[in-house]
Amino acid sequence: MSTKDYDPVEVAVLSEDALTGYVAQALEAFAAAGSLETLKQARLEHAGDKSPLALANREIGALPPAAKADAGKRVGKARGQVSKALAARQKELEAERDARVLVEESVDVTLPADRRPAGARHPISTISERIGDIFVSMGWEIAEGPEVEADWFNFDALNFGPDHPARQMQDTFFVEPVDSGLVLRTHTSPVQARTMLDRRPPIYVVVPGRVYRTDELDATHTPVFTQVEGLAVDKGLTMAHLKGTLDHFVKSLLGREVTTRLRPNFFPFTEPSAELDLRCFVCDGRKDDCRTCKGTGWIEWLGCGMVNPNVLRAAGIDPDVYTGFAFGAGIERALMFRNGVEDMHDMVEGDVRFSLHYGMEA
Amino acid sequence: MRAPLTWLAEYVDLPAGTTALAVAADLVKVGLEEEAVHGGGVTGPLVVGRVLDFTPEPQKNGKTIRWCSIDVGEAGPRGIVCGAGNFLKDDLVVVCLPGAVLPGGFKIAARKTYGHKSDGMICSSLELGLGEDHDGIIRLTEWGLDDVKPGDDAIALLGLDEETVEVNVTPDRGYCFSLRGIAREYSHATGAEFTDPALIEVPAPANGGFEVVLDDQAPINGVPGCDRFVARIVKNVDATAQSPRWMQRRLEQAGMRPISLAVDVTNYVMLAVGHPLHAFDLDLLAAPIVVRRAAPKEKLTTLDDVERKLHPEDLLVTDSPDGKTAGRVLSLAGVMGGADTEVSATTTNLLIEAAHWDPITVARTMRRHKLSTEAGKRYERGVDTQLADVAAELTVRLLVEYGGDRVEVGAATDVGEAAPGATIEMAADFPGRIVGVDWTREQVVENLTAIGCEITGDDVLTVKAPSWRPDLTVGVDLAEEVARLRGYDQIPSVLPIAPAGTGLTHGQRVRRSVARALAEHGAVEVLTYPFIGTAVHDAFGLPPDDPRRTALKLVNPLSDEQPYLRTSVLATLVDAVKRNVSRGFTDLAVYEVGAVTRPAGGEPKAGHPSVSQRPTPQELEQLNAAIPHQPLHAAIVLTGQRELPGRDSAGRAADWSDALEAALLVARTVHVTPTVTKEENHAPWHPGRCARLEINGKLFGHAGELHPKVVAALGLPPRTVAAEIDLDVLIEASGGIVAAQRISTFPLAKEDVALVVKDEVPSGDVQAALVEGAGELLESVRLFDVYAQAPIEEGHKSLAFALRFRAPDRTLTAEETASARDAAVAAAAERTGAVQRS
Repeated sequence: MSTKDYDPVEVAVLSEDALTGYVAQALEAFAAAGSLETLKQARLEHAGDKSPLALANREIGALPPAAKADAGKRVGKARGQVSKALAARQKELEAERDARVLVEESVDVTLPADRRPAGARHPISTISERIGDIFVSMGWEIAEGPEVEADWFNFDALNFGPDHPARQMQDTFFVEPVDSGLVLRTHTSPVQARTMLDRRPPIYVVVPGRVYRTDELDATHTPVFTQVEGLAVDKGLTMAHLKGTLDHFVKSLLGREVTTRLRPNFFPFTEPSAELDLRCFVCDGRKDDCRTCKGTGWIEWLGCGMVNPNVLRAAGIDPDVYTGFAFGAGIERALMFRNGVEDMHDMVEGDVRFSLHYGMEA
Repeated sequence: MRAPLTWLAEYVDLPAGTTALAVAADLVKVGLEEEAVHGGGVTGPLVVGRVLDFTPEPQKNGKTIRWCSIDVGEAGPRGIVCGAGNFLKDDLVVVCLPGAVLPGGFKIAARKTYGHKSDGMICSSLELGLGEDHDGIIRLTEWGLDDVKPGDDAIALLGLDEETVEVNVTPDRGYCFSLRGIAREYSHATGAEFTDPALIEVPAPANGGFEVVLDDQAPINGVPGCDRFVARIVKNVDATAQSPRWMQRRLEQAGMRPISLAVDVTNYVMLAVGHPLHAFDLDLLAAPIVVRRAAPKEKLTTLDDVERKLHPEDLLVTDSPDGKTAGRVLSLAGVMGGADTEVSATTTNLLIEAAHWDPITVARTMRRHKLSTEAGKRYERGVDTQLADVAAELTVRLLVEYGGDRVEVGAATDVGEAAPGATIEMAADFPGRIVGVDWTREQVVENLTAIGCEITGDDVLTVKAPSWRPDLTVGVDLAEEVARLRGYDQIPSVLPIAPAGTGLTHGQRVRRSVARALAEHGAVEVLTYPFIGTAVHDAFGLPPDDPRRTALKLVNPLSDEQPYLRTSVLATLVDAVKRNVSRGFTDLAVYEVGAVTRPAGGEPKAGHPSVSQRPTPQELEQLNAAIPHQPLHAAIVLTGQRELPGRDSAGRAADWSDALEAALLVARTVHVTPTVTKEENHAPWHPGRCARLEINGKLFGHAGELHPKVVAALGLPPRTVAAEIDLDVLIEASGGIVAAQRISTFPLAKEDVALVVKDEVPSGDVQAALVEGAGELLESVRLFDVYAQAPIEEGHKSLAFALRFRAPDRTLTAEETASARDAAVAAAAERTGAVQRS
């Protein structure tokens, strides 16, 4: 440095040492600032207009041109260091503040969150719909019919002649006057007859619905219950197709492979007729005291068979051209063995706890 | 039908040691479902004992017990207390020793009683499950069991180890109401050899038999009421003779009570071969016997001592006393005999009737007289048409064997001829085509032959069904026979391919949407029985002419208090509400979706068209016109707190608007907005808090608070609210493709207005006017405040609406928005007298 350029005034504040000192003081102050408030104070002191570095910067203007660049570079570097430290500290303290706010806003998440009570579907409804969906997914359609029904549809059209013993076994509710020809349908099967009169084959329908028999309510009987009926009429249908359909149905409803068994039975509207039993999926037939199958190893569930030619004829379908199969299953019974409901009272009394237990799916 | 295994084993090879459970498991394969297994419930030690001595000891309770010394084949006698008094010293009795278990799990132990230690029990028939007789203990001598000694095992001696299998006989298998039928089926199931007990020599009818005339002047459906009548005369039967113990035991095992030799023998033969019989006291009869229909006003007192008014369709067996042919009624044919000619304790001469009666005639008589008998049950389901003479002969033989030494058998009468089994033409491959298995002609013939058919023909078989199978009339009947004999387990599982479907119908989807929407809205679905009494309509306060009082009545309701079908879902849903409240659930929202029955009155009779072909359009129309209207309804009831009180809320009680909200929500699920008006007198709702909902001018339903009197009458919590809606109306008004609505992304312009109207002006009217006046730029309107205090003039209210404007294609200017708002206010002012608050 040449003596002719020497300026004693500026040596003091623009010296390397002085600048280093200012930076060190600033950094120390920033680090010491424990809050955004104190950091603001420190910023004014060490990076503000009156800060030593700002004042030093002002001195540069008085310097000889040759020294300006050099001093400017040094001050710029020092100010850069300070502002960088300030920003870092600022960010740090803001993060701390944000974190603290979240901590302060924390709540007890175990408090009740139940201002509006929950609703629920009745499991009989949801299972009926689920069964409908299983068949709809195979291309079947859902058919419906009236609950107060002509006994012609409920019996005559289904090959239950007026004197058929099976007609007496159905425990029918009759409608006044006695000769009205109306009953509360004892099964969903009258919809078979209605469907065959309404549509031409091929017919593939399922019919969920309420049915009525004069049984007193007890743990395993209810006078008002729910059935789902299936009917297929097409060319070339056989009992093998009936079995295949039921196997798929059972598997879909229970969500697993279950061994099934058909055994001979009698229904006026089917011939050959069968009863479908499911291998007990709880004990697999290995426990004598099994509550699901009562120790028999088999769960009796549904009646089925090939549509009796008389039934086809009464609907105007030629039994020499078409064959059909039909089945009818009790939904309450399914709820008992599938979900383990033990008492029919629970299903029919309308106690909200029963439905609420299942929510929207059973 | 109960089949004792020892009896069954007489007709079919039953390997020794076969259990009733094993037999049941085999029978189920051919279609006879197990009902129960009986017997075998006694475990020893049960032994023969000899009464060495006894001392009668009168007790304070008036009874006299006997303190007995009994030899049971041990080193010393046992001391046993016995309450019975029907035995003597040296009698052989049955003794149950400590450790034995009697039927019903009754365990026998040595115990102190009447001041003695009783070391066992002397048994009666009842205690051993051998019958109803509890008058005294069993004296083995009376049972014809002399050849035994103290200590002998009594379990085998008395047949207590014998089991009985009970099966459920379906209506098509009448022949299985016999040991003969069940044995045959067991043979089909297992291949065991069957011996037909009906294959016996029968004497030909001869002159000198009792004269019988078949004179049915009014056959039902053209079928004569009786097509064959066999009568056998048996004389000089010892009136004191009892049926043998083994026969009584079998009757008991089969569930019948032994009565007298003649009755027991006819019952025994009926159980054995399935053909019912009737025994008359021959000395009380006057020939000829005439089978005829009843005359008007005729009566008969049947064996059960009930005097029955006969119906002209009832078929009767009559005789001809005092020279009046067919003048006296003897029995209701095939159902029950009359009391007058019943076999009595002094009867020695018998006439045995074995007839074949028309199933429908018998069924109608049983139904008409509410009389179900063992005989009638068999005839109704079909009795072997060729068995009358065999059954009669079997009966005669047993009477000869057990009726004493002087029995004389008279000539046989056999009139009429019953049709044999049907003859059916069937393609040999038909069973396979129906069942889905490739069965050869030989396989089909083998099975049909096994069940008793006679078969000729090659590709087309001519099959003559056996006389005991009236259920076999067409090809599918035979297909079932082949299938069940070959085993249903042989049927493969093949999923059929249905033609492509179209999914749920609109109505089905609506029903699901509605049910789900209500549940998601916080209501719980319940299902109630649709039975009601008039009481609920009275409680509802329905006026006498309210159409909801026109309800369908049941002939045979479960309860006489509830003989009608509901005309509203609400009528039965309130019961579920009460039940829940009584069980402690006082904050409640329940709903039900279901059918109601709304007869118009005056529906025609349904009619019974022939089923031999499709009904005519007129017949179908009449059938359907007879069916009362059954719309699908939904109802919801809310009571208690709709929003529960909690840490930040006092809760909110359900009010009229919650019911309305639910009804509107249901409509909204299918894009329908009902019009809401106030209806002032619609039971069961509160006159000031009932909304009437309409869709396109059709009544959709009602919603609001229930009338306080209704709430009180039904015992519901105060302020219970409810809605009932007709989903058929909603379904009809909805559906089809919902056209898209463009979503504008231009800015929203908000304008709030406060309008003062008179109190009685419905806010809905004001809102409707605003909507109409605002025009197309209005995106939404919402009432957000109702204020009715100063400075609002008395009798007025201020309604504050938030109007939201937006254009599909531009940002609205302040002028456009203001102008739309002013137009809205102007419309409200014009239609409702609304004045905008400044």
